[in-house]
Amino acid sequence: MRHGVLTVYRWELRKLRAQKRTYLGLGAAAAVPIIFVIALVTGGGQPNDVAFGRYVHETGLAVPLVLLLFGSIWLFPLITALVAGDIVACEDRNATLKMLLTRSVERHQVFAGKALATTTYAVLAIAIAGAVATGAGILASGFNPVTTLSGTVVSAPRGLFLVGASLLVYLLPILAIACIGLLLSTVFRNSGAAIVGTLMFSLLLQLVAILPGLGGLHPYLLSTQFSAWQGLLRTPTDWDPILRSIWVCAAYGIPALTGAALVFLRRDVAES
Amino acid sequence: MADSPPIEVRGLVKRYGEIAAVDDVDLTVNPGDVFGYLGPNGAGKTTSLRMMLGLIRPTGGSVRLFGRDPQISVAALEGVAGFVESPTFYPYLSGRANLELYAALDGGEGRRRIEQVLETVDLRDRAKDKVKGYSHGMRQRLGIASALLRSPRLLLLDEPTTGLDPAGMRDMRQLIRDLADRGITVLLSSHLMPEVEELCNRVAIIRSGRVAYEGSLGELRARAGVSYRLRTTDDALARRVCESQPGIEEIEEARPDGLLFEASNESAVAGLSLALAESGAPVLELTPRRATLEELFFQLTEGGAPSREGVAASREIEAVA
Repeated sequence: MRHGVLTVYRWELRKLRAQKRTYLGLGAAAAVPIIFVIALVTGGGQPNDVAFGRYVHETGLAVPLVLLLFGSIWLFPLITALVAGDIVACEDRNATLKMLLTRSVERHQVFAGKALATTTYAVLAIAIAGAVATGAGILASGFNPVTTLSGTVVSAPRGLFLVGASLLVYLLPILAIACIGLLLSTVFRNSGAAIVGTLMFSLLLQLVAILPGLGGLHPYLLSTQFSAWQGLLRTPTDWDPILRSIWVCAAYGIPALTGAALVFLRRDVAES
Repeated sequence: MADSPPIEVRGLVKRYGEIAAVDDVDLTVNPGDVFGYLGPNGAGKTTSLRMMLGLIRPTGGSVRLFGRDPQISVAALEGVAGFVESPTFYPYLSGRANLELYAALDGGEGRRRIEQVLETVDLRDRAKDKVKGYSHGMRQRLGIASALLRSPRLLLLDEPTTGLDPAGMRDMRQLIRDLADRGITVLLSSHLMPEVEELCNRVAIIRSGRVAYEGSLGELRARAGVSYRLRTTDDALARRVCESQPGIEEIEEARPDGLLFEASNESAVAGLSLALAESGAPVLELTPRRATLEELFFQLTEGGAPSREGVAASREIEAVA
């Protein structure tokens, strides 16, 4: 049974490698930090109104942290949705589900393989964005100590570790978005609708976050969890937003993933 | 399980709201059969096949493939292969890569047979090309190749020659004949009578989701009986003679001329021949004429309600056989 999941997973990765949308998403994850750094170097300005924005010329390690803040609005949700919203719907588009499901793998194995492949892609996208932003930032501004949100200064190696840890925490809402994309991909059976729907859902939550009178909801919005990593950049480390992010993202992601699995397991593969 | 027939369908029903796409279908496909599953478009053939392959859930009834239920696990598809409607592939992968994928999903053993099955379907030279560049006929053949990777004992093919040019249809039929000669049981869904007549030993004819006939082609033809075509020098007089002759029934005008009638036995035909000569209407042509499968198909699918008696009768014959 496990062999079946691994086989599907391996082939889902091979299929992703053969599709342009994969390179579009991963290419955007690499290109945006480079464009950002080029703009910093050539323009000379800095984004003073966001955390770590004022330090981007002092240390390259501030660049990935600023990117995480900017990317949460639409960039990373879109990159995630590009694959999550397509991974099941593409089988409907190509009418290949009927072929897959008449081989020797069970439906739950096919679904698990697809979910794992989506996760792998999302992790890879964040890793590429983080690595490119860190590398480009260091090239532009040097490998220097980082000033935390508490005003303390940490060494460059420690700062690099905190950047890596921040990327991991940032993955939590990204994976929740991926689960929602997977659900919409399974339910809509249409890549375009699922990708746009996932992005719209993400943007809607951000809209709710700026509506007056809904402050009580903020800690429980998925969009808020994109800032949870900032707890790592405080002295001492503030674990509350990180712990909250774990269960809030699970509260969004697990029902979506369960719903997607149930729909996938029970659906009739009736259309060509 | 070992003695279970390749396909055993009992009381199969699929409803979409008030509409019964498949309505109480019973089928038995025996080992070695090339079984024609016939019906006009929309009769429920493809829906039946989807239920047989576990792709959709029946509203009622059961399907057993070699005694196993495909709704419970894909393990029921062991030794079973095929496709519904057109076979489909990932257009951005090559033909060989698609086969590698399907072989991997089957456990990997089929990978060793990829070159062999590509040879069988005559696609070896194009195997490295992406499927998006394949013609319809090539995709159909690749579909057969992907099915053969499973070393099937039972093949379910849904209108495999649809959309092929005459040469492609000929090649596909030859391929199916070759596979049947190797001992593979085949269920062939089709609405092409010549194809079924050429390939199949048994058929089920489905109409509006219900089986109108199940049995051998020979029995189906026998049920239709033999009619005779008669041309004389005076058809009006011949008709009066026919009407007065014992054992001559169902007399009607034939096109462009002459009469058609049915006879209870050959003696009645001989007696008619003598009576026509004596009455002054010499016979120009008197020939027996068996209904074509196409005519029988139209009788069963367009005329009257589905004959459950016919199904029962044919099963009785099979049981005796």
